[in-house]
Amino acid sequence: MPNDVTALQLVLGGDPALFAIVWLSLYVSLSAVALAALIGIPLGAWIALTKFPGRQGVIVLLNALMGLPPVVVGLAVYLALSRSGPLGAFGLLFTAPAMIIAQTVLVTPIIAALTRQTIEDLWIEYRDELTAMNLGPLGRVTALIWDARFSLVTALLAGFGRAAAEVGAIIIVGGNIEGFTRTMTTAIALETSKGDLPLAVGLGLVLIAIVIAVNALAWTARRAGERLAG
Amino acid sequence: MRAPSSELPIVFDGVTVTAGPVTILDRIALTLAPGAPTVLIGPNGSGKSTLLRVAMGLLAPSRGRITWGGLENVPPLKRAIVFQRPAMLRRSAAANIRFALRAAGMPRAEHARRTGELLEHVGLGHLADRAARKLSGGEQQRLALARALARDPAVLFLDEPTASLDPTATKAVEDIIRTVSERNIKVVMATHDLGEARRLAGDVVMLHRGRIVETAAAASFFDRPQTAEAKTFLAGELLV
Repeated sequence: MPNDVTALQLVLGGDPALFAIVWLSLYVSLSAVALAALIGIPLGAWIALTKFPGRQGVIVLLNALMGLPPVVVGLAVYLALSRSGPLGAFGLLFTAPAMIIAQTVLVTPIIAALTRQTIEDLWIEYRDELTAMNLGPLGRVTALIWDARFSLVTALLAGFGRAAAEVGAIIIVGGNIEGFTRTMTTAIALETSKGDLPLAVGLGLVLIAIVIAVNALAWTARRAGERLAG
Repeated sequence: MRAPSSELPIVFDGVTVTAGPVTILDRIALTLAPGAPTVLIGPNGSGKSTLLRVAMGLLAPSRGRITWGGLENVPPLKRAIVFQRPAMLRRSAAANIRFALRAAGMPRAEHARRTGELLEHVGLGHLADRAARKLSGGEQQRLALARALARDPAVLFLDEPTASLDPTATKAVEDIIRTVSERNIKVVMATHDLGEARRLAGDVVMLHRGRIVETAAAASFFDRPQTAEAKTFLAGELLV
């Protein structure tokens, strides 16, 4: 049984090593979610509004990719970034950008699939109005994304949840190097294996608190936005 | 006064619309000319809404042709439609109007003035900043009218615009329709409310089972219906 007082002391005492780990974790996960949103939201909206051969297969594949095994993504990104890989020249392996790339690969299908469903549902409601207004494809997409913005917050939260909790991919491409690529999840895994349970529990508490805080913030923003915009 | 529109007349020439084995419109021949409102009446499922969609250009005929001002495939730049249950964008009432103005290509500098004018026209000036989806049913219908008018249409199609509204809200919508028609905007409206048809129609087109059964000036239609279907419908009996 870990010493909970020690874990709390680590958190409340402002331990610099712990906060460096927390900061890197947030930096990696939020960057990955931002990049995945830039890719996944337009991609999901495009799939929702475009008819093309094989569309149903693409939707099934996209939904399936939401369950991508992190270690497989980590391995693929590792191979791509390793010295002999196609992106080896950039020297990104075992850096924070490598972890961001891996998490972006994991999160993009989640955001794209949830966006596709959200936009498709809204399109059913708006199709007649937007068609009658003679809006072009770009006008339709931007209107739908804007009007779905509160629902899309849920997609972003799902993506953030995946990124924040993820350990398998970033431990492979980041290497869990202390002071450089060590995040909360990789540190928890390491400290648990070493038997340093107070630090692992402290990091776990921080991780849970951050996830709850981000969700609470997003929920509050969503409610406020919905009150104003309907 | 509005200049004569290139959208009119709208001519249906043997227009048939099918959905699988079902014929929704059957060899419709009809001319919608400038003038007083044309009201499409008929029981549910008679094809009124489909005819409006074809006239708006939202639905292509399965057979036959439709022309606007003598031309086929005219983009709906000067046509607008208000649906029975209009979708309100998740924005304020004013933002809904601005969206339509942008879509119609109006210069941004004129948006504020025109938005104010349109909201005042439909009696919603005091609700400009209210979320459109939080307006009452009648207010939403008036906002939908304002949004349609933002396109500065030559022809305005209305699909049962007062269905499910109470008498007060119905009167407010009908008053707007009258002022729209007085501005030489051609109104083509579907309804199964005979009272509304009497109050607004210049001429009447009666549909039944996808076919036009009678076309006449409103006074003539209501006083001297010619067909058995029209007589039955006007008598308030069930037309099946």
